[in-house]
Parts: sequence; C-alpha cells; structure tokens
Amino acid sequence: MNAALPADLFRPETKSLLRFLTCGSVDDGKSTLIGRLLYDTKLLFDDQVATLASDSRKYGTAGDDLDFALLVDGLAAEREQGITIDVAYRFFATERRKFIVADTPGHEQYTRNMATGASNSDLAVILVDARQGILTQTRRHSFIVSLLGIRHVVLAVNKIDLVDFAQDAFDTIVAEYRALVAGLGFETLQAVPISARHGDNVIAGSDRTPWYEGPSLLRHLETIDVARDAERLPFRLPVQWVNRPNLDFRGFSGTIASGAVAPGDAVIVAPSGRSSRVKAIVTADGDLPRAVAGQSVTLTLTDEVDVSRGDILSAATARPELADQVDAHVIWMAETPLTPGGAYLMKVGTRTVGTSVAALHHKINVTTYGEEPARTLALNEVGSVQFSLRDPIAFDPFDIIPGTGAFILIDRMSNQTVGAGMIRRARRQASNVHWQDLQVSKTARAALNHQKPVVLWFTGVSGAGKSAIAALVEKKLHAAFRHTYVLDGDNVRHGLNKDLGFTDADRVENIRRVAEVAKLFVDAGLITIVSFISPFRAERRFARDLLQEGEFVEIHVDTPLAVAEARDVKGLYSKARAGLIKNFTGIDSPYEPPEAPELRLDGANQTAEELADRVVAYLADNGYLEGPENRDWII
Amino acid sequence: MSALETSLTASSGLPADRLTHLQRLEAESIFIMREVAAEFANPVMLYSIGKDSAVMLHLAVKAFYPSPPPFPLLHIDTGWKFREMIAFRDRMARELGFRLLVHTNAEGAAQNVNPFDHGSSLYTTVMKTDALKQALSLHGFDAAFGGARRDEEKSRAKERIFSFRTANHGWDPKSQRPELWNLFNARVKPGESIRVFPLSNWTELDIWQYILAEHIPIVPLYFAAERPVVWRGGQMIMVDDTRLPLAPGEVPEQRKVRFRTLGCYPLTAAIDSEADTLEAIVREMLVARTSERSGRLIDHDEAASMEKKKREGYF
Repeated sequence: MNAALPADLFRPETKSLLRFLTCGSVDDGKSTLIGRLLYDTKLLFDDQVATLASDSRKYGTAGDDLDFALLVDGLAAEREQGITIDVAYRFFATERRKFIVADTPGHEQYTRNMATGASNSDLAVILVDARQGILTQTRRHSFIVSLLGIRHVVLAVNKIDLVDFAQDAFDTIVAEYRALVAGLGFETLQAVPISARHGDNVIAGSDRTPWYEGPSLLRHLETIDVARDAERLPFRLPVQWVNRPNLDFRGFSGTIASGAVAPGDAVIVAPSGRSSRVKAIVTADGDLPRAVAGQSVTLTLTDEVDVSRGDILSAATARPELADQVDAHVIWMAETPLTPGGAYLMKVGTRTVGTSVAALHHKINVTTYGEEPARTLALNEVGSVQFSLRDPIAFDPFDIIPGTGAFILIDRMSNQTVGAGMIRRARRQASNVHWQDLQVSKTARAALNHQKPVVLWFTGVSGAGKSAIAALVEKKLHAAFRHTYVLDGDNVRHGLNKDLGFTDADRVENIRRVAEVAKLFVDAGLITIVSFISPFRAERRFARDLLQEGEFVEIHVDTPLAVAEARDVKGLYSKARAGLIKNFTGIDSPYEPPEAPELRLDGANQTAEELADRVVAYLADNGYLEGPENRDWII
Repeated sequence: MSALETSLTASSGLPADRLTHLQRLEAESIFIMREVAAEFANPVMLYSIGKDSAVMLHLAVKAFYPSPPPFPLLHIDTGWKFREMIAFRDRMARELGFRLLVHTNAEGAAQNVNPFDHGSSLYTTVMKTDALKQALSLHGFDAAFGGARRDEEKSRAKERIFSFRTANHGWDPKSQRPELWNLFNARVKPGESIRVFPLSNWTELDIWQYILAEHIPIVPLYFAAERPVVWRGGQMIMVDDTRLPLAPGEVPEQRKVRFRTLGCYPLTAAIDSEADTLEAIVREMLVARTSERSGRLIDHDEAASMEKKKREGYF
C-alpha cells in the first residue's frame, strides 16, 4: 500500500456494505480465491504475509508460490484435515465498498453451515472448477442460496488457466448453469472466468481471456446494486425491548425489518391489532424525521397502547398476516431427525412461541429440485413442513419480507438450534377470517358468555382449603352471570377416574385426564375451576402446556402442612400418620410448591371468603370477565 | 397480499435510502445488545478499556437511550494495566452512568503471579482467564459482552456472535449453535452462559473511523507522545512505573511512541509514531504494514494459540 491515500478516507459515509458468501466443492479453490482477494486488495500486513510464506512452505499445496488458502483456514482441526468445516467471516474493503465474506464449507454434511452463511448474504459467489463443470454440489449450493432468498449470483469458473483459457469450456459451463437455475428466481447472474491462484479476472481483467468482455469479479462486486428496495415494502418493526426509563417515557426499541417510518404515520400493533400513530423516532443522536429498513431506533406512540417484546409495529395500511398454522420450508440442522408431532420453540422475529410439527408434506431433493415423500427430515435435509403454533403469530411470507418471515427452531431440552425455516403462507388464517367464514370457535362461544375461558388450577396440600375457596369462587362468579364448572378431586374419582388408584402412575393419569377435560371445558367457553392437590410441578406444567397463554391460572393455596394437619377435616392425616394411607402428600410423598403461580393465597391467615374475593378480583383485573376483543381487524 | 401489493405501488416513488457501512454496523451492534438485554436475566459487559471497549460502551449508551444501559461493566484487573487505563476506566464509568465492577484473582495476586517470573502464558491463564471465570461465576452472569472482532485473528473468524459456554465456561467449537439471520438463540440452562460479541463484523479500520466520526473518547496511550521505553525481544515495552523490573544496566529511552492495541502492560508493545490526533491515527492505520495483534505478545506463544486460549475460557 503506498502513501497516496484514497480521497474518501475520512468520508466513511460514502462507503456501502456488501455481504456475500462463497460456496464451492472441496477443491474448487474457494479459500484460495478469498485469500487472493485479501492479498490483492492489500488487506494483509507484513507480518501476515511473512506467516503466510512460512505456512505455505510447511502446509502449502501451491509449490513455491504463496498458498492463499492458508490465510483463511482457521481452526486447528481443519488445518490438519485440510478442509473448511465451519462458516468463517472475512473482511476486505475497497474505496467504494466494505465486504463481509461468509466463507462456507463445500461438503454435503455442511449444508447447514452454508445456509447459515447465506442467511445474512445479499449475493453468492458459486465456484466451479473449469475442468469439472457443474457438479452435484453446484446444484445443491444454488438451490440452498435460492431457498435462503439470495437473488444475485456470480458463477466463478475457476482454474480457467488449467483449461488453457479456452472460451468454449467456459461457454459450455455457463450455458449448462443458466439452464439449471432458470427456475430459482435469481435476478442477476454474472459468470466470470477466473484463476484464483494466478489472479486472472479477480481484481482486474486478464489479457489471457481476451474473449471475456465482462467485469472482473471484484469490479462486479463493487458495483452491483443488491438493495432489496426494503424501504419500499410496508413498515415492520419487531419490538425487541420496551424502553421505559421513567413514567413519562415509554418507547419501543427495535431494528426496522422493512419499510420506512416517520412521525405521524399510522401504525398497528400485531398481533393485537391495536392502532396508534408514531409520535417520535428517538435516538441518542436526536429525534429523526424518518427512519428506514436496517436502522435501530426507538419509537414512541401517541396513545397508551399495550406493546411488548415480540409484537410487530406495522404500517396500518398493509398489515402482516396472523395465523396459528403455517407452511414453511425447513432446513434441518440436528442429528435427531424432525418428525411429525415433534415439539419445538420457534423464534420468529423477536417472538418465541411453542410449536409442533403438524405435518411433513414432502422433502425436497436439493440436487434434482424434485419433491419426494418423507416421514422424517434428517440432518441437512430440506422439507416442506406444516407447523401448529401455540399462539397465533404475526408474520409475512419470507419471499416478501425476510425479516418477519424467517425463523429458527430450538429444541426445548438441549436448547440447540435444530432447524431454520422460511414461512411460505398461513395454513389456517387466523388473520383473514371474515365473519361469514367464522366457525363456531372457542372465541365465539366465549363471546356469548362475556368472559374469557380459563382454567383456575387450585393446588395445595390436603386440607389447605382448596375446595372451600373454589366453591366460593364459583358461587360469586355464578352470581355475576358467568359460566363456570368445578372439577373437584374427590368428585372426579367417583366417576371419570374411578378405575384409578393412588400409585404414582395412576396419580399421573388422574391429572392427565383432568387436564384434558379442563381443556375441553375451556374450549366450550367456561371458566373451569380445578381443585386438586396436584403435588408435582411436572403434572401442573403438563396441564399448563395443553392450554394457550393466559388460559391457565395457577393458584397456590399456601397453607403450611402443620396448619392443614391440625385442621384434618377429613381425618386423613391421622390415618396417614398411622400408616393406613400410603403415598399421602406431605407425609410420605412430597409436595412441590409452584415456583411462579399467578396467585398465591395465604390459607393460614385469611378466610376462604377473603381468598375467594382475591381470586375474583384477579379475574376482573386481568380481563377474564370481559368478552374477547373483536379480532376482525385485518383488512 | 393485495394490501401489501397496493402499498408497494403506492410508495414506489420514495427515494432509495441507503445506509453506509458504518451505519449498518452500528445498527447491527445495537440490535445485538438489545437482544441480550431482553433475553437474559443477568448480563454484564466486559470492559477492557481499549478502543474496542470504548466503541462498545458508546454503542451501549446509544442502544438503550434514553434509559441507562441495563447492565453493569466488569473489568478484570490483572494489576498490570497501564495507570492511564485505570484512570480512564473510572472516568468513563462515572460519566456514562455505568455501574463498574472490578475483579482481580485474589489468589493469583497473593502469589504475585506476574508476567516476568511466570511467563505470559501462565500469567494470562491465572490473572485473566481464571479471574474472568471467577467473576462470572461469582455474580452469576448468564451473558457477557466482549469486544472481540472477527478480523483480529484467524480462529476468531469463525466465532459466533452468541458464543455458547458450558457451566465450566468452556468453549467447544462443535457445540456452537448455527446462527441464521438475526435470530440469536439465547437459551441457556442454569450455570451455562453466552459470550456475546457485538463488534464481530467490525474491522480495525471501522473502529477507528467510527471513533473519529462519533468523537468517542479513548485512552491517551493511543496517541503518540514521548514515553520511556525499553527493548524486549525486538519489541518496545513502555516503562509505566516501577512494576517493570529493569535488567542491570538497562536504561529506558525516550521515544515518541503510541499503542495500536492496549492489553496488559508489559505484554503490549509500543510502536514508533508521530500520530497524535485521531486523523493522524487513521491515516497511519491505512499505511500500516503490520497487523494489530502483532503487538500482543501472548499470540506468539504457540501456533493456534488464540484457539487454545478460547477453549480455556479466554475471550
């Protein structure tokens, strides 16, 4: 690098950013190409070049020349194996652009890594060896980048020196490739004949390929316009964090996924559908008159509407879809295959929601691009999957707005990221349901009752006062014209569960049946009061998981064992102490108190009447005694 | 999607706003910090006092404005930081409104573990790596921001932005989670944690250009000034005070030097420089012919040394 500095040094505001990935088969020369770009754009320092020279002699495969691949093969393991096994990110810059390169592995077993690299790229450089032409790997790489939404591709026909710079070899490969990717939706496709090792057409044109009239690879990367016109899409801001420094300020922080926003714009909160207007776009550098896709901002609204993390602030005129069943393309990334019925967490935007695989429609052969029937999706396989979501989510089809249509799947037990997906469409549209299409649903039944159906799950040791409080709660609700039903431990054991005893297995089954019945009653629109000792967290968790968010209110009647035993209204404690009853909670079987119940009632110091009033007040305060809101808010 | 298509047509007259590369890097870092604040129970920001930390602090202030950043700063004090760095640290924490936690490996300090008698490798393990693990366990932090960049060193080029650590603070390249789009998986079990690198995609030049553009305060040691130095192993080591034992007959020499990177003195070498303004530093950067970490003596210990340190829990 000489001392004559480019003019834009102190004007970083003139430089744009291009993120691209390189993919190719094992020996296509990908690492060599990236090393060459770093070397030729003078991004290497003297000590790095010295290390490279010594490494080239030690590990190199380029004879006496510098082996540029050694610049980029990082981890010790792969240095030994001579292959790239993970996504590595490289950086270089010219006067016009800064580049972030995702260097992704070629082997089939690393498809997931390629997808990872592609997810944050605007362009893909697909390498082929001029001597080999289009390989199975090339077909797969092209499909994956297309699936991940990349619309700009460079076909770099490498090692053109090894076919004597022959134009017909290049033309044959390019023609075959164009035919291959015709259906993959690429907007631009630039083919360049290069020699990564010798530098032909990498930075500058080459006089050894006089028949090639296109730009050099770097020239193309510097000039291509890949902007998705994301500013012209509808405004979307997935809310990350509610910014509340004091009572006078309530802002919603996030990065704009698409579109633009200005003070005064009408917005809605998805999925609730509440509407407001943008008051200000707040940043540490002062309020902005306008903000666009890609900017991280904090919005304040003119109304006090309920907004939390996971919601999407959206243009009021073009709202996202809302659904609790979606179809999506999935790339599976775990050793344990995806199977129908499997339950995961889905993180979409800033929202994380429980989900299960409702159906696996088919898998997609990533080399023939054909659909194939499948029962499972194995590591690195791609499929079309239908998901059921525990709660409706707001989203846009990935093809239109990637920022609100992409998701990852997380295993609940291991916390590993096991899959990545792109939502294609709503399967069952919670959103676009017009009233004439409306089935008689849970919401509809509840609306008639002017209440929100809910399970009030009373738990506590025997004699804590559960049944007495539950009975009073029902009486008060009934007096207020609410529709209720009580499932009581003793009553249920006389009928539905009379075949069950008190072994651990029977106790689990007892609770399972009661939870399923409670779920049916909620579906029927009832306020369902369950009064069971239910000593184990796992079984209460099971019941909670059957229901949607907000439909399960856990009430711990927290009466110390000594107090309950002293009452011993049914004489059970004395029998248990005498050994006449086995597995009695609190005596010879544990009671696991809830860690975070919605309500904790002090059964030792307050009367059942007072406690029942607290339960009713909780229901009123949390909106259970009002009809559900009109959901028909989507255009 | 008819409403959506309508809006596409309706707004197609908008000017195409294009963000610059620094704006995009800033927005990405802010996004990462907000994700951490929202998803973790007890995050902390590791503060090394260097230029990358300075940028990280500045971004944290921006990310949560007008709220103060919702996490404290943690500085691992080896006892071998330049005096100017400690003074600067205290000033920045005070001025920016951060709660500052300082942790030193008391056991190591009691045994006077130092780079001269124990070698840089053992010293780094005890006073940095072990100290960091102690502090993270002590406070039960489930996420810790670090200022590492992917362009610093080869093994860091593959580092995730959310880097998963086991309950023993171990880093295993095989257990790292795929990272797609901006959908970071922040789920950890009790005791496990995530190291978060919001500056992953910044280069050294980006850092300097941003410091210049945003007027971010940095430790004066980055600016060239006359300072007393001695030569050790071909590198210039500044004599900050009597902590540096001089060899018999060794006389410090006054030279106009500055630091490209600030680690522990005396493990950080100075360079000859006339650059005493930010503009001059950036200018010097652009004609520099040695890479930044070559001034860090610990990287030269053995081949693939950074990867080894990372597995052990060093940042």
